[in-house]
Amino acid sequence: MQDLEKLVAEATALFAGIDDADALEQAKARYLGKSGALTELLKGLGKLPAAEKPAAGARINVAKQALEQALNEQRERIAERALESRLSEESIDVSLPGRGRSMGGLHPVSRTMERIEQLFRSIGFDVADGPEIETDFYNFTALNQPENHPARSMHDTFYLADGKHLLRTHTSPIQIRYMEKNQPPIRVIAPGRVYRVDSDATHSPMFHQVEGLWIDEQISFAHLKGVLVDFFRRFFEDDRLQIRFRPSFFPFTEPSAEIDMSFGDGWLEVGGCGMVHPNVLRNVNIDSERYQGFAFGLGPDRLTMLRYGVNDLRLFYENDLRFLKQFV
Amino acid sequence: MKLSEYWLRELVDPALSTAQLADLLTFGGIEVEAVEPAAPAFDRVVVAEVLSVEKHPQADRLNVCQVNAGAAPLTIVCGAPNVRAGMRVPAALVGAQLPGMEIKLAKVRGVESQGMLCSATELGLSEDASGLLDLGADVTIGASVRELLDLDDQILTTKPTPNRGDCLSLLGMAREVAALSGATIKWMTPAAVAPAHEVRIGITVEATADCPRYCGRVIRGVNASAATPEWMVRRLSRSGIRSISAIVDVTNYVLLEMGQPLHAFDAAKVKGGIHVRRSRAGEKIVLLNGSTLELTPKHLVIADEHQPLALAGIMGGEYSGVTGTTTEIILESAFFTPDVVAGKSRELGFGSDSSYRFERGVDFAATQTAMERATQLILQLCGGQPGPVCEVLGTLPLRNKVTLRLARAQRVLGFPINAEKALEILQKLGCQPQLNDDRIEATPPSHRFDITIEEDLIEELARVYGYANIPAQLPPAPAALQPIAETRRSPAMVRRALATLDYQEVVTYSFVDRAWEADFCSNTDPVTLANPIASQMSVMRSSLIGGLVQAVAFNSSHKQSRVRLFEIGRCFINAEGLPQPWRVAAMAFGAATPMQWGQSERPVDFFDIKADLEILLAPQAFSLRAQEHPALHPGKSAVIVIDGQDAGWIGELHPRWQRKYDLPAAPVLFEIDLQALERRTLPGYHEIAKFPAIRRDLAAEFDENVQFDAISTELRRNGPAILKDVTLFDLYRGKGVQEGKKSLAFSVLLQDTQKTLTDAEAEKAVAELRRILQEKYHAKLR
Repeated sequence: MQDLEKLVAEATALFAGIDDADALEQAKARYLGKSGALTELLKGLGKLPAAEKPAAGARINVAKQALEQALNEQRERIAERALESRLSEESIDVSLPGRGRSMGGLHPVSRTMERIEQLFRSIGFDVADGPEIETDFYNFTALNQPENHPARSMHDTFYLADGKHLLRTHTSPIQIRYMEKNQPPIRVIAPGRVYRVDSDATHSPMFHQVEGLWIDEQISFAHLKGVLVDFFRRFFEDDRLQIRFRPSFFPFTEPSAEIDMSFGDGWLEVGGCGMVHPNVLRNVNIDSERYQGFAFGLGPDRLTMLRYGVNDLRLFYENDLRFLKQFV
Repeated sequence: MKLSEYWLRELVDPALSTAQLADLLTFGGIEVEAVEPAAPAFDRVVVAEVLSVEKHPQADRLNVCQVNAGAAPLTIVCGAPNVRAGMRVPAALVGAQLPGMEIKLAKVRGVESQGMLCSATELGLSEDASGLLDLGADVTIGASVRELLDLDDQILTTKPTPNRGDCLSLLGMAREVAALSGATIKWMTPAAVAPAHEVRIGITVEATADCPRYCGRVIRGVNASAATPEWMVRRLSRSGIRSISAIVDVTNYVLLEMGQPLHAFDAAKVKGGIHVRRSRAGEKIVLLNGSTLELTPKHLVIADEHQPLALAGIMGGEYSGVTGTTTEIILESAFFTPDVVAGKSRELGFGSDSSYRFERGVDFAATQTAMERATQLILQLCGGQPGPVCEVLGTLPLRNKVTLRLARAQRVLGFPINAEKALEILQKLGCQPQLNDDRIEATPPSHRFDITIEEDLIEELARVYGYANIPAQLPPAPAALQPIAETRRSPAMVRRALATLDYQEVVTYSFVDRAWEADFCSNTDPVTLANPIASQMSVMRSSLIGGLVQAVAFNSSHKQSRVRLFEIGRCFINAEGLPQPWRVAAMAFGAATPMQWGQSERPVDFFDIKADLEILLAPQAFSLRAQEHPALHPGKSAVIVIDGQDAGWIGELHPRWQRKYDLPAAPVLFEIDLQALERRTLPGYHEIAKFPAIRRDLAAEFDENVQFDAISTELRRNGPAILKDVTLFDLYRGKGVQEGKKSLAFSVLLQDTQKTLTDAEAEKAVAELRRILQEKYHAKLR
């Protein structure tokens, strides 16, 4: 029976030296095949006396298991090596560019408008929309700017040939339309295109505005300052940004202010605002003794220029991909 | 308005630097847009008298002058043609820095020149380079030319808001500076000039509502060709007004000084008195600017017995204007109401310094004093004998008391403003405030047309107190959540979805070329602008296609071979109620995918953008109905139908427009109502099928004109109930397929909701589908 240990040692050594899966199976046959060495030993069990049979059988089985384990380990080693070699053959140049479609992008002014919307939504503002072809009533009269008011010359208005309509010169008409349909408290912004007869390096005949309105019982000029300073600091992500308010005049607000933002060594005008004029509230049947509030108008084109360092307004409307792709 | 700082400081002189003064005004509500020096910097230029002039020994065009500049005589070589002995001119001494040059001791053709005699151009004062600047005889030799000509003055450009007509004069600005700074105003109301004769002019004011106050005075024996003194010319010029003649200059000077527009008529041209009336139909006038105006009853005119002489408050007439030979004038000072002048300059296409002030409101209490001031100046400049002031006085505007509740002011401004401060501010503004308990009664002065209600007073308090001194606070607000509809996608989400599909957003003009509307929409009657900025921007778009075509063409011409753009915007329909629908359009041009390895390039086509549309609308299904569209290739054009409603168009640009708009290939595009993309269905759970599905393929040849959609619908409608889906996986024409036919290959998905399908059941279903194809379409099965 010492042969058995020798046999196992010999087979284990043999298996370990084989690299090929087929050769391994052939080697296996020499021990575990029909006439394999171990099989022969098992056949020889029958000739042993009955008392020795169980012990001899057990020893042979231990040897068989040892052989099978050695065999399996070698099989795995061979498979592992085969996998490794396949993987190394399959390796790719990961630096090759990806395939398929590319990515489009948003117009830079849209980015700004969305950002303004998000910021104001975050403090509970609704977002409203209104027509771009307006009537004189909504664009001027309801905003306390009757016919022949000198303030009308501040806006060079595009009129329609029908003599009845105009292109809105600001987004303020949406204030009126919104207040006609909603009762205070009101918190709303209205982004959109506006039009003025003006075209040069710093003016486009079509540009964008975002109107804002907050009407409630106690909304004051101090609140107007607070909200707008907060807005500009959040928009530009700069807590130290300086904002100043300059007295101005708009027919639909009183007191009115221009908003300046510090920029480099100087200041830039970035919007207009004021306390909603009582005549405007009266025009939409809101009790101006009970309710008050502020309105503001921001220029998203200007804000986009400041945010991204664009130095020419006209780029926004040329639609040159070499420009637009910078904002993807 | 432009004004001289020196002039302003003559009226009020706070202890502030120029920059501080400008800030005071800007933060008080009168924006100072610019502060510019009246003259460029230079130094060491003094008044010098030319003592003698001798020809230069070496140069014909040069003279050698002996000059007295206040110290030892100087020798200066001079090339100016107008140099003569006795003349007093600016001399730049050795070491002087002039604009763009430094004066050094130098030999000019062998003669040493100890300085330079200067023209106005050399000092940067004007373009007049014709000769030396003649300073006149009564100037002190050796005096600084900068001081003599007030060249250290600064010119302020202010931009008063339309409600502040009272700030369109030096006096008005002085009042404002006084109120904001606390400095004292140094203005003396002009005294009345005693009449030297008793000639009165008849004044008839018919239009009493338009002209509540009219003053006229005859001044006889004036020398209309007298020279305007240098100081007046300088002040006018620093306000941007050109000197014309002494009398006109005086009227302009008083307009600047007091804000009262004046007019002088040549009395010889006025027949039988002044009539202030509305014009009669058919009347005409030739104005001082040379334009002829057909008058209507909306125009207020100053007329004599025969004809209109002036357009009241706007511009005088040419016929009755003062000329160099005028000897007798009628001087007019009047108050025309803002209403009668307002809007006229827009209608006329021109305005004047006068109309600009009248439409904003002129101080009706100063009509006579302005007349007296102008009379003084005319007598001073042109001589003459003034007559008595004749006045017609109607009902002047009222200045009612306005009540300010201190509690209201606090509520509006958001901080407490005490009664003392409010009284002090309103007092400085000339509003005669009186405190009664918790309210102040204030009466605005005659020059303020913008204070009629409580808010006007609150505004005055705020601006004089200073906006910067008002705290900034965040308001309290209820913390209610905002509703967000899950069944509506925002335009921002649509935008991002399109960007993800490789489209770049553009913003094109809403006004377009009329030709685009005709070409792309067959629209010959678009919404039209009355005053377009350019002819190619004269009508409102009814489709986004034109703008995208232009943007694609622009980029294509800039060497971009693959362009994919979209726009979201309103279109404008010339129909009842002027509908202005929001639309979304996308356009793809060039290769289907960017140039890349492992994939050959092919042009983008109809089905590429149809797939984009499918992704964009998913899970909403839609169908296409082949139909022609003016912008699109007639064979590659369809209406997008969603839930039975037409929602937009998809197709390839018509080859005709491709050529006309200079595109090397035809782009494909869709345009769809934004609403259709905004709608989303709320997902609802359906039981997942428990039994396995079976997939089978079938292929058949069809006539070319049979549409896939029709086949698929037919199979679903009339096929076995276990048919769950039909997917097209091949379309083939060519070898092996008969001419005029196409081979379609479908994969069908079969599934029973109650049990596992057997092969036999599946085969039976496929046989049924094949039968339908054969019977309905005479398809040849493969």
